[in-house]
Amino acid sequence: MITAELFANAVVSGVLLGGFYAAVAVGLSIAFGQLDIVNIAHPSFVVAGSFAAFALNDALGLDPILVGVLVAPLFFLAGAVIYRVYFQSFERTGQESLRGLVFFFGIMFIAEVALILSYGVDYRLVEASYIGGNWKIGAVDLPLRMLVPFVVALSMTTAIWLYLSRTFTGRAIQAVAQDRLALQLMGADPIRIKQHAFGLAVATAAIAGSLLIIIGPVEPSIGRIYIGKVFAIVVLGGMGSISGTLIAAFILGIAESMVATFAGPSWSNAVAFGILLVTLAVRPQGLMGRT
Amino acid sequence: MSREVAFWASLAAVLAAGLWFTGSYDNEYYFNFAYAVLQGVVMAIAWNILGGFAGYVNFGSAGFFAVGAYTAIALSKLAALPMVVLIVAAGLVCGLIGLAIGLLTLRLRGVYFAIATLAVAIVFETLIDNWEFVGGAGGTYIIPPATAWFFDSYVEYLFFVMLALAVVATAVSRIMNRSRLGRGLAAIREDEVAAECAGVPTLQLKLIATTAMGVLMGFAGAPYGFYATYVDPVSAFSLLIAVNAIAMPMIGGTEMWLGPIIGALLLGSAQKIATVTISSELNLLIVGAALVAFITFAPRGIVGLVGSLWNRRR
Amino acid sequence: MISIVRSAAALAAALYLAAASGAAFAQEPIRIGFSMALTGGLAGAGKPALIAMQIWRDDVNEAGGLLGRPVEFVYYDDQTNPAEVPGIYSKLIDVDGVDLVVSSYGTNLIAPAMPIIMRKQMVFMSLFGLDVNTQFGYDRYFQIMPAGAPDPKVNWSRGFIDIAVENGVRTIALVGADAEFSRNAVAGARANAEAAGLEIVYDESYKGTTTDFTPIIRAIQATSPDAVFVGSYPPDTVGMVRAASELGLDTELFGGGMVGAQYATIQQSLGSMLNGIVNYDFWVPEPTLDFPGVEEFLAKYQERAEGQGVDPLGHYLPPYAYAYLQVLGAAVEAVGGIDQEKIAAHIRDNTFETVVGTVAFGEKGEWATPRVLQVQFQNVADNDLDQFRTAGKRVVIKPDEWRSGDLIFPYTEAR
Repeated sequence: MITAELFANAVVSGVLLGGFYAAVAVGLSIAFGQLDIVNIAHPSFVVAGSFAAFALNDALGLDPILVGVLVAPLFFLAGAVIYRVYFQSFERTGQESLRGLVFFFGIMFIAEVALILSYGVDYRLVEASYIGGNWKIGAVDLPLRMLVPFVVALSMTTAIWLYLSRTFTGRAIQAVAQDRLALQLMGADPIRIKQHAFGLAVATAAIAGSLLIIIGPVEPSIGRIYIGKVFAIVVLGGMGSISGTLIAAFILGIAESMVATFAGPSWSNAVAFGILLVTLAVRPQGLMGRT
Repeated sequence: MSREVAFWASLAAVLAAGLWFTGSYDNEYYFNFAYAVLQGVVMAIAWNILGGFAGYVNFGSAGFFAVGAYTAIALSKLAALPMVVLIVAAGLVCGLIGLAIGLLTLRLRGVYFAIATLAVAIVFETLIDNWEFVGGAGGTYIIPPATAWFFDSYVEYLFFVMLALAVVATAVSRIMNRSRLGRGLAAIREDEVAAECAGVPTLQLKLIATTAMGVLMGFAGAPYGFYATYVDPVSAFSLLIAVNAIAMPMIGGTEMWLGPIIGALLLGSAQKIATVTISSELNLLIVGAALVAFITFAPRGIVGLVGSLWNRRR
Repeated sequence: MISIVRSAAALAAALYLAAASGAAFAQEPIRIGFSMALTGGLAGAGKPALIAMQIWRDDVNEAGGLLGRPVEFVYYDDQTNPAEVPGIYSKLIDVDGVDLVVSSYGTNLIAPAMPIIMRKQMVFMSLFGLDVNTQFGYDRYFQIMPAGAPDPKVNWSRGFIDIAVENGVRTIALVGADAEFSRNAVAGARANAEAAGLEIVYDESYKGTTTDFTPIIRAIQATSPDAVFVGSYPPDTVGMVRAASELGLDTELFGGGMVGAQYATIQQSLGSMLNGIVNYDFWVPEPTLDFPGVEEFLAKYQERAEGQGVDPLGHYLPPYAYAYLQVLGAAVEAVGGIDQEKIAAHIRDNTFETVVGTVAFGEKGEWATPRVLQVQFQNVADNDLDQFRTAGKRVVIKPDEWRSGDLIFPYTEAR
């Protein structure tokens, strides 16, 4: 039975979940959307971020989100290094999409093994004061475990959007995908710009990872679940559009939540990918993508 | 002896050798091992028809494989049909899916196509998850008979079946590679717009490629239930199957029909050997490191590497 | 890293011994082969099981071995992938030539081994598979999980439904993950509920990849059930329990078939959110279950488990992993040799004293008398691992003969 309360709660749950999905997808939106780098290992980086949050939360009692922010610069550096390798091996020679894809598949497995060797295969969780709390606004529940990640995710996504549209480097990043030569003529080094962008993309994984482990338990191979969802969001939203990614993430989150509440949770996945297929068939550039 | 005759003779020799092996050796494990490697060969060859020849990356190979497997399982639950029938049926179903994907995604290029294939695989996985007749998400059991045909054990029979499928796939792939069809696909791979302008019937060729890929992957999946005895959507739609289908041709070399075979034999054997020697999370490391190393240092695969070494020597 | 060296060394030693021994020496080792989930989804329980099994091997070897011969393991990681299992057992039996085999952990990884085991007519002690033998009907299969004959799926939830009926529950919600075990558990609960005349007001399954369980809990709440039976895997168990706690799930009986609520790290993390939940378990440190040898075994396990990234307490699977080898070892000793038929007959016809109590097998190789405990979490504090080492936090409610305390009913009171 569809009551107003159930409906409202389903939408709110979906929005909260969607915000989190956006945090996970924004890194891929930059890498794939802006730079054409098929970084299928992005969810693995997110899981690595989760483990970083776990490690410092467990050892020093630091809040996981704080840990995410603290290790983001490290992830940035790692991203820059990986991009360098990627550039040297693939981008210079052309045919990068396919080979880059295989390269990142390899990175994905290596990352997973590294996590297993370091932390074992057990599920890990973090401690934070807001896990378990719940705010009620009228008939609508806002579990803090979802609300706090939502707020952080939204802040991060907005910050990235502002960075890309307002700063010189940010706009250079947007430009480099569209017109390398013009960018060079303007005095910016495209390779450094791309390196910067990819580092930024991986840095978002650190924060997204901290959010992931707040929402639920994490083990090294859990990234695989998110590969499909993340690509679906980026493509649905439109390549190269951060706002598109956000909207697509909300759509996915709400669709999942609605299906889970009213139709039976076992169909959630199909709904998400059904939407994606329809989008690809009807409007391949996505919701906000440029034609 | 012309190259043509040599090729067909070698295929016949391979089949004969396979038969000889089943007659001379009893140890089931080796046939088990060989089956798994040959399955990889068929998948790699199939993937390469669309991915290597035409340049369209299929992310959802596991979807075709699993649908092939489940088609065979579903039919065998209805009646005790011979394996040949199951294989043909699986090939038909997956071929149709391949055709459908070709039609649906005719406007998509490059990575969009790859994402679409992934989405299709996930949709099929969800459908099978909810299909009670084949066990749904809980999986299903197949209890194979102890022997079949004149073979000493069922595993030997499965090995021979997969060997025959590998031979078929090789023949199909080579024929396509060396024909006008192959040249047309290569033109699409290099520059689709230019190819269209030059009069290449790109849509037709792409549809042939996706259908052929679908059929062969369906073939590869059909005996799976009888090999693994327990099948569930998670293992049938496994990410590793999809990754291997891409990695094996890339490692072997995508431009020639021989590349996927070499890549599959190497990577497949390495993985199976690692399972019973190192046997731990390091198995994953082998896959990962092999992918990174080959793709970085041997971009045209082993075939390309051998080719350039050969050229240098001249 | 150590396990790789160990397994490589073990394999090398085994191969060397096999090669070096032409005639049968009295010192020739007895080799037990198996596959185990050391990576992948079930590794969280598979690795602890392996540790427990290694403790048994070392205990036996210290005491002089089996039939005076040292015991060796030959094992491979099946990566929680059913397709790997037939190949592994083929290698173990045909190439490595092991004397005895035991199973991997989990229904999905036990069943694929059955065809080859049956063909080779070997005894098959198996570790925690739910109702594997129904489709095979193999008389040399034995299951150490105490779900019990004749219908393990139904026995699983019988205690939960009994508690429900005894306390006047009339409506029940069923929810489970879309996977082998949980579907079976929920199917059993459905059968039990229908037989007991309960009204089923919600009956859905969810995909294991679900991230947020809030909508599901809410949908369940909307049907106002008196009881909620959940068949879930560790990550969803955490999700469900948290969502239930956050939303303040209003029901009288909650739990049933949640895997993971037995894992130490999850118990520690969920803490007081677990209070009131009535869930299945197989062994808890309650006075009624203080079997001879179990505390000693757990001490050894906990020492070995430290720093390995596995369950630190080892209450769930490890005692049973130790016990099923105890049964096998005792049978081998009694028979006096490696005779698969005689060993199977001996296991069938006798009872065994193990660290999990007296074990006797019945129909289909399942326990003759089921012993699925329904345990209620009581007085659990937050973030305290050590509280679970002793009695009082997981009180056995059912079956009656193993009861160690009183049920706090309804769930809303016990929270």
